[in-house]
Amino acid sequence: MSVSNEVVVNGSTLATRAAPTIRRLREHTVEVVSDSGEGAQKCSQIFGAVTAKMGNGVWTVEIIPAEIQPPARVPEGASGNRIRIGAGQVTNWGDETNLVVAFNEQVLLARHRLKALAPDATVLIEDKWATHDDPEIREQWTRAMAELSSTGYRLVMVPMEEQCLTLVDDPRKGKNMFALGMLSWIYDRDLERVYEQIAHTFRKKSEAVYQRNVELVNLGYAWAAEHLDFRIAIPPEPNEQAMVVMNGNEALGMGAIASGMELCAMYPITPATSVSHYLSEVFEKFGGVVHQAEDEIAAAGVAIGASYAGKVAFTITSGPGLALKTEFLGLAIMTEIPLVVVDVQRGGPSTGLPTKVEQSDLLAALYAQPGDAPRVVLAPATIEECFHIMVTARRIAEAFRCVVMVLSDANLATGVQPFPRPSLDVRWQADALDLGAVPEGMKAYAWNADTGLSRRVIPGQGGGMHTVTGLSHDEGSKVAYSAGVHAKGMAMRSRKLAVLGSLLAPPTPYGADAGDLLIIGWGSTKGAIEEAVDRARAAGGSVASLHLRFLSPMEPGLAEIFRRFRKVATVEINYSDTVGDPYITEENRRRGQLSWLLRAQTLVDVDCWTRTPGEPLRPAAIVEAIHDLMPARGDA
Amino acid sequence: MSACSLHVLATDDSRTFGVSDYEGARARWCPGCGDHSVLASVEKLLASEQLKPEETVFVSGIGCSSRFPHYLSTYGFHGIHGRALPVATGIKLHRPELSVFVVMGDGDCTSIGAGHWVHTLRYNPDMVVMMLDNGIYGLTKNQTSPTTPQGLPSNTQPGGSILMPLNPLSVALGVSNASFVAQTAEFVPAHLYATLKAAFHHRGLSFVRILQRCPVFTPGIFAEAVKKPALVELLVHDDGVVVPEIEAIYKSRIAHDPRDIDRARHLADATETIKLGVYFKDPSRPRYEEVRRVTPRTPQERNDLLNAEFDRYAV
Repeated sequence: MSVSNEVVVNGSTLATRAAPTIRRLREHTVEVVSDSGEGAQKCSQIFGAVTAKMGNGVWTVEIIPAEIQPPARVPEGASGNRIRIGAGQVTNWGDETNLVVAFNEQVLLARHRLKALAPDATVLIEDKWATHDDPEIREQWTRAMAELSSTGYRLVMVPMEEQCLTLVDDPRKGKNMFALGMLSWIYDRDLERVYEQIAHTFRKKSEAVYQRNVELVNLGYAWAAEHLDFRIAIPPEPNEQAMVVMNGNEALGMGAIASGMELCAMYPITPATSVSHYLSEVFEKFGGVVHQAEDEIAAAGVAIGASYAGKVAFTITSGPGLALKTEFLGLAIMTEIPLVVVDVQRGGPSTGLPTKVEQSDLLAALYAQPGDAPRVVLAPATIEECFHIMVTARRIAEAFRCVVMVLSDANLATGVQPFPRPSLDVRWQADALDLGAVPEGMKAYAWNADTGLSRRVIPGQGGGMHTVTGLSHDEGSKVAYSAGVHAKGMAMRSRKLAVLGSLLAPPTPYGADAGDLLIIGWGSTKGAIEEAVDRARAAGGSVASLHLRFLSPMEPGLAEIFRRFRKVATVEINYSDTVGDPYITEENRRRGQLSWLLRAQTLVDVDCWTRTPGEPLRPAAIVEAIHDLMPARGDA
Repeated sequence: MSACSLHVLATDDSRTFGVSDYEGARARWCPGCGDHSVLASVEKLLASEQLKPEETVFVSGIGCSSRFPHYLSTYGFHGIHGRALPVATGIKLHRPELSVFVVMGDGDCTSIGAGHWVHTLRYNPDMVVMMLDNGIYGLTKNQTSPTTPQGLPSNTQPGGSILMPLNPLSVALGVSNASFVAQTAEFVPAHLYATLKAAFHHRGLSFVRILQRCPVFTPGIFAEAVKKPALVELLVHDDGVVVPEIEAIYKSRIAHDPRDIDRARHLADATETIKLGVYFKDPSRPRYEEVRRVTPRTPQERNDLLNAEFDRYAV
């Protein structure tokens, strides 16, 4: 069916076509790209949600320009979503796009230049630009077509605007629903579900908006049925399990609710803010409050104040905000006030890549602090884990009177994936406040000498009055400058991490228990790494992977696992030097952040393969990395 | 947010509290420091109001005056420099039934914590906020603060403070939703006590600037005013502070209705004399913890609601 660079003008060459070819596939990746503000994201979000609800595995990734309103028709303004659809579970965004709906040739060029498209991708493209009144635009079109002529894409011209004008005055506000209609026909989506999802998405808009969008979807559907010669069938595997579908930030928000936390203090920052958008909509119904503070520092302070006075509270931020909160985190650690801090990582340093994924805050999460300030650091690996990790984080914070950092990232934040519907348990939530009097003589930090653990006393408890302080203090919270008292406090705060670590189970490698190469990852890369391991193993590679959820304290038994492999390397989305670059040697090389930690922790020579592409890692790239990292036969 | 209905407060109504019941560790401020005077007034206020020590929280930042909570036997939170107000807001938001007091110095409040100061005035949580203003950084040994009188030398501006001082009253009175702004002085103890009492009884954030001397670095900044009572004017009103026992000394009085914000701003800007009293008060301004109050949920209710939420996201 796919003829190299075949051009079908206005579908007219297909007017008398026979029944469309139906391709039955295990998976397919589709994306919709437009100028910012033309609604490609809405279109693909609805399509992704409907697809998930019909039982397919999906993984969606947002294509986001850095500006809110970039100029029209420029490659850097490309905005949209990419959706990988599978018969079964999809764990990552995959490699390349098979089908593209592009609202103009410039955004298509952006995707082409990023090598985002498969060599034989099919492209449905708005054709009005070819005959536009403005000669400059016609010239841009001609140049774009010339650039694309060497590819194997199949370009299908679609008169999107012309069609939409039959229903609406402003096609900029209608093309996305027309595109949704086309996709619904191509992938044979249940139109009733599409209508339902439109109703949900536009629930704050009028009935007229809903009606118009439904008509546009029907128009796109009918146009596709009349003009396109292919359809894609990805029959979902039967799955009896009840599933829910959402993005990672919604999952974090729901997890916070399930954990019983009642205060989210935040300051707007990409890509963390959508957690608070979600919570702002629903949290009050659950007895919770989202406090938008005057700055990142105050957000930490309000959460600490609330937590000090009662239930564990949380704050949500991204890298630059984490930097601002550090002094307060030190205070929470020193005063042993439980606190959950979510960092939805983005590209850094400084303002960096605000809308793109990176895993560069690991060392900052552990160490960005003057003085020794031990805290727990967790990283969810999937959207499902974004939900459950909030429950875990809250419980650890409370039980250990400590700060728990949760490191998500932009990939999890905006990715949408179905996962098994959680079975809620009231025990996940904090108990009602116990304001009973404190036993006679009990101190504010009645540290168990072995574990460093102590019972928290909160305002309202008779007999428990004391002043918490960021100054070095003794068990009674009395300010003390003696070296002995200072050292004792240090040891007690640190000991708690060892106690938590002793309760963790060793992680299990994926693929094999022993072999030539062990790949170690953390955070959102799990799906891509494991898919790469599957592919490499299918090709005969002796490779396995290990994914860490606990970064501080680390899960036990790592050194023992590492010894079963001839080589160990991390795969991370952060920066590392490449040996062989000018001045870079094996000795002075700066390494990936997890590899740095693992080397220190285990004294094993853990190598790393890291990239900062501003997008999630592709499984195919990791397969190549595995090939490059694989120790030569005979290497020790 | 947290449910009063879920809080079972330990009550022992037979208890009564004297001043000594609020005393904590022995205060380690320098002899002659104005902080001692404020502490004595606060202890007297706590006893007068019979506040339960376990339901009272003093929050401070960093600086000489921020040692305040250690010298009381209530709950205390001695935090980090400039950040007492966010902590206090968090406490009040989660536990509105607690009595919350904030103690800050001039550097704490008007310099490093200025952003929090402005915004917390706007949130207007129900708490007493005392700014102990001695016009200098004392704990770090004599650096210029935003309220240092112009020309006064310090270790960081040895040629004398370069800029005009910031006027904390004008700033506070310029913030939307500020609901109580007063000024008093440690060297007029009766007025200090009466002002703190009025501040405590106001529902909303009561901002009280307390003029005081640092015996080591700024002993002379109010020397003239202490010697010449005529340089001090009292703002008097039935709805403000009236202290008959000092009227024999401080004869210069200005009748000022604290509802009059325009005049309050005018009085705040007129700094040729020191004016003590309540500049502005409006108890009708919304309080943040009340605006944000939500219906508390039990764990089971929360899970039922969350299950309904999952239905929206069900495949």
